[in-house]
Amino acid sequence: MTREQFRHDDHPNDHFLLTTVVGSYPKPKWVDRARDLYEDESADFDEAAWQEAKDDASRLITDEHVRAGLDAVVDGEMRRNEMVEYFAHRIDGYEFNGPVKVWGHNTFDKPSVVSDVEYDETWLVDEYEFTAGVTDRPVKVPITGPYTLANWSFNEAYDDTESLAHDLADLVNTEVEKLVEAGARYVQIDEPALATTPGDHAIVGECLERIAAGIPDDVRIGLHVCYGDYSRIYPEILEFPVDEFDLELANGDYEQLDVFKDPEFTADLALGVVDAHVADVETVPEIKANIQKGLEVVPAEQLTVSPDCGLKLLPREVAYEKMENLVLAAREVERELDAGEIDVERSAVTADD
Amino acid sequence: MTERVATTPGVYPLPDWAKDDLADLKGHQKHDLVDGDEGEDVTAVYERAREEVIDHQRDAGLDRIVEGQLRWDDMLAHPLAVHDNVETRGIVRYYDNNNFYRDPAVAGELGFDGDIAAELEAATAFADADSLQAVVPGPYSLADLATDEHYGDDAEFLAAVGEFLASEVAAFPEIETLFVLEPSLVENPPSDEESERASAAIDAVTTAAPDGTDVIVHTYWGALEEKVHAHLLDAEFDAVGYDFVANHEDNLYNINEYGTKDSIAAGFVDGQNTLVEDAEQIAERADWLESNTPAADFETIYLTTNTELFYLPYSTFREKLAALGEATEVAEVKA
Repeated sequence: MTREQFRHDDHPNDHFLLTTVVGSYPKPKWVDRARDLYEDESADFDEAAWQEAKDDASRLITDEHVRAGLDAVVDGEMRRNEMVEYFAHRIDGYEFNGPVKVWGHNTFDKPSVVSDVEYDETWLVDEYEFTAGVTDRPVKVPITGPYTLANWSFNEAYDDTESLAHDLADLVNTEVEKLVEAGARYVQIDEPALATTPGDHAIVGECLERIAAGIPDDVRIGLHVCYGDYSRIYPEILEFPVDEFDLELANGDYEQLDVFKDPEFTADLALGVVDAHVADVETVPEIKANIQKGLEVVPAEQLTVSPDCGLKLLPREVAYEKMENLVLAAREVERELDAGEIDVERSAVTADD
Repeated sequence: MTERVATTPGVYPLPDWAKDDLADLKGHQKHDLVDGDEGEDVTAVYERAREEVIDHQRDAGLDRIVEGQLRWDDMLAHPLAVHDNVETRGIVRYYDNNNFYRDPAVAGELGFDGDIAAELEAATAFADADSLQAVVPGPYSLADLATDEHYGDDAEFLAAVGEFLASEVAAFPEIETLFVLEPSLVENPPSDEESERASAAIDAVTTAAPDGTDVIVHTYWGALEEKVHAHLLDAEFDAVGYDFVANHEDNLYNINEYGTKDSIAAGFVDGQNTLVEDAEQIAERADWLESNTPAADFETIYLTTNTELFYLPYSTFREKLAALGEATEVAEVKA
């Protein structure tokens, strides 16, 4: 198992529910201002100043995660602009033609793949090394998955999404190797596009095989999926070579929870216990009840606790309070598990096993 | 002699400056989107953008000019999203795309609105009646995109949406063509019985168009099921639109096996990929269509993109228009 290495020396309970976040976090307003200045040619704000601003933001948000008490932290993706654009800028073969609509007046610079994709500079090693250097907590590295990178781009060069995704998966594998070399032990592959085209789960599986190839067993690999119909990808995803599935479930009020009870959930479950798109902060008792939903699917030894999705669209203080309550709730549930006060009946199928 | 006409199914991307200006003026959230009651500043941006996309179509040499549907924040759900008896709810996925629209919940009678007619009136300032093309969602697709909280019965709801669209179309100024977009016929195919009702609802819309309008019912994201295709042909209009980008084989099969209308709209240009087809290529595909439909002798082939165009960056969108405009010239030179 890969999770014990994330148990902190001061961990207060015998039980250990690994607490973490999905990745993104609201950017302090001054980061956006710094970016505007950096992009404004008439402003006196050079590369070094912009680099310093990103370092400051990364340190600040990592500290905020540590202060909330999370076991595995992220820097809130302070250096990244958007989950596809950021990577496309660093991969040879991509080109940008301008913004496209997602909904309303929300747009993104959807890139075009115009030739074979190739690995150039590293994507995240600097981000990881900096973050790991400012905390003694384990650092989780979220990476946009190859299927999403392929599916949310215009494909001008490959015969189909599958062949493009396979090539991108090999690049992700290279990056994960470099991250592991730099010391990373927890990598999360984000594949939100799987929700739009659940029929393609086999492609995502093939991509993960490529990503996991040659990666040491003690490196924890997670897969994040959100806002989809999970019955269309479960139980097939259990075949994927990952340690943990990070799933959004609080937003739908756990309506889809039963999907994961039969057949038995054999991997670790990183359960979304706070909603990433509602500005009301869930209380500790509410989050404890949500965590217990997770215990209906997996035993405590397989349960990770996290928000539904990246928190970046929330006001920063709301995001912080959600994390803080999430950790408090997890520690209370651990204590109650230690004391034998929690008796959750898992589904009939798993109880018989 | 078959005439080749270059056109598009509309629903364009906003020019980049208008994307920025409107995001600043309107905001980024659900409640900031168009409700049919925009203020002066917002209206002014749309007017300038409308004139620009019409100019760009003319520059590209398109034979039909659309208004652009730049105000359609909710894409094909727009006519309901701005209706007084419709409440817009949460953000929901737009077909299988990474795009979202506000779920329109129909809470009362769908009476006449006039929103699209007003857009067309505005477009007549820049485009003549002999080139102007209107675009509406088809009744089956619009009903499919909406939530009914008033009629309480699928058949009744579909008929009501059909009547609503018919009343909108009846108010249009003089136009040359009307594109009725029906992607749901492919994406969420109707059952046998529903398919007959869909055809009846489509007929109500197509026959409401001003006299002399050529009406195209355009389908995309694949091919129609055989029975749906057969039922569709029962409605009265001039051309079926087929998506030859997504599925040329089954579309060709439907045309040869069941026949089609006297004219045809051929989606040869990919509305969802930045790879730009060249004019020669488009003309060759039209040649291919003619030589592979031996039983047909089309009056008109409308050369078009398969889908709406808002998926593309503005610069690529313009290149696609230019390729389409040039494709009919290539054909003419050859002829």
